[in-house]
Amino acid sequence: MTAPVEHSATVSPPVIRRLIDGGLIGALAIAVIGAAGYYLFPNNLALLTRMTAMALLVLSLDLVTGYCGVATLGHAALFGAGAYGAGIAAAHFGISEPLTMTLIGAVAGAVAGLVAGFVILRAHGLAQLVLSIAVIHLFHEAANKASRWTGGSDGLSGIMPNAVFGLFEFDLWGQTAYIYGLALLILVFVALKILVRSPFGMLARGVREDPVRVGAMGVSVHSVLLRVYVISGAVAGIGGALSAISTQVVGLDSLSFTLSAEALVMLVLGGTGSLYGALIGTIVFMFFEDTLSAINPFHWLTIIGALLVMVVLFAPKGLYGSAVALVGRFRRRQA
Amino acid sequence: MSTLFEVRNLRKNFGGLAVTNDVSIGLAPGDRVALIGPNGAGKTTFVNLVTGNLKPDSGNVFLGNEDITTLRAAERVRRGLIRSFQVTRLFLDMTPEEHVALAILQREGQAGRVVGHYSGRPALMQEVREILHQFGLLELSNIKAQEIAYGQQRLLEIALALALRPKVLLLDEPAAGVPQSETARIEAALKRLPADLAVLMIDHDMDLVFRFAKRVIVLAAGTVIFDGLPKDVIADARVREAYLGNYADAGSVA
Repeated sequence: MTAPVEHSATVSPPVIRRLIDGGLIGALAIAVIGAAGYYLFPNNLALLTRMTAMALLVLSLDLVTGYCGVATLGHAALFGAGAYGAGIAAAHFGISEPLTMTLIGAVAGAVAGLVAGFVILRAHGLAQLVLSIAVIHLFHEAANKASRWTGGSDGLSGIMPNAVFGLFEFDLWGQTAYIYGLALLILVFVALKILVRSPFGMLARGVREDPVRVGAMGVSVHSVLLRVYVISGAVAGIGGALSAISTQVVGLDSLSFTLSAEALVMLVLGGTGSLYGALIGTIVFMFFEDTLSAINPFHWLTIIGALLVMVVLFAPKGLYGSAVALVGRFRRRQA
Repeated sequence: MSTLFEVRNLRKNFGGLAVTNDVSIGLAPGDRVALIGPNGAGKTTFVNLVTGNLKPDSGNVFLGNEDITTLRAAERVRRGLIRSFQVTRLFLDMTPEEHVALAILQREGQAGRVVGHYSGRPALMQEVREILHQFGLLELSNIKAQEIAYGQQRLLEIALALALRPKVLLLDEPAAGVPQSETARIEAALKRLPADLAVLMIDHDMDLVFRFAKRVIVLAAGTVIFDGLPKDVIADARVREAYLGNYADAGSVA
């Protein structure tokens, strides 16, 4: 998205530009779209909350895959760790304050990120992808075996979160859960916007572009990636915690290969390497999933598959990335 | 003459083949040394041993008074041993301004910061502009590296190395792949490198070597066969033999 340079010496970017980079526009967009969803689909808030939790997972994946170039099919391990972390805290330790649960989810996700990152980052390329698949299966199996804590294949129930700030009870219609999730998403989005344009965010992009060059600058590539994995884990963990809080149950599916793969599909659909792409991919995928599976419960995956093939073939940068490229080309022609 | 950088009795074998065989080299501040040698002489291996990308079988590498033989590559960079690459290695999605800013941030130990943006730091921006100006890249500050000409990418590569404030700079064929018409700009940039910097340039381009270097080291079959003044290198019998006369003609240009 390079704007044509008009004058050689660059002045510090104007305030508006900074606000855009700082995520204000994005935060507003999430709030507006979120509010629209709230009023347009008042009976479907559970789906919208699921979308929000999923968006956090896809954002988290975008950090690792989009910004650092690490392809992984095991990212749900971080999400599931957050979900189980928050869920176990509530079900076994009576910690039912939602903000504390969310925090526990973030920490659990970060720890899972450290562990998963430590394993996955040992390898490169195809071996890395295979390791990531192994990681998600190990996490899944561990949760299955530790049924005393996780409820095993029956799922973990008995999660009864308190009212948010002691004021807003989690209601039957999921209004509180939805608004709580939306607030979390906005906060995380702004934090990530700040992160990706920070020096550390530039380093992460550098690792994707050329790890050898990053090393030649005196930076340990491995430690950059591991730090990204921990941050990514915290984000996914918040998503997992949100899922545990809103559905009041945690199942093994939150630690599944399927969820990992779906998250990757959503990211590719929306476009890697930009936070907006992650959000758009999640919304489009889950919207299609919901409507198509209602229309045709047997073949909706086929349509999703066809959609993905179309995107990869004709818009390889994803929906958002391709739109940006199109606008850029149009502007350049006008200039 | 104080030695800033020294390689002592460096050896590396690959499956019985001595690729680096008892190499000893010393550099002082301000040195402009060229390392040349026929293909397969072990130049690349030597660079990798020095930068820490390969481990030597024996021998030592010193920077200042410190033995850095066992240090990892990134740690050597942080101590001021910086290299450039034969084929440009840049972040194609980033602008020259971002490249240089990131290098300065890294030098200052600020590259791990998770908040803030470099453009909010006037002193840093000033230095970025000065460095880009020095290399004639100021007009291209905000254009992605993939969209600028290869010759300018090569200049950016040197600018990036310089932004890290090296004590010793290893230039691996700084003009490789650049059209003849643009090599003059790279040469001019090399001429303006800080006076107290020790530079070791690895190259085939004899014209460039003879114009740049005050001292030439010739590597053949993993051994240093010549270490002396450029004017003596052509006359040296062992060098002539090593090159089988391939570059003997290049002497007339010097």
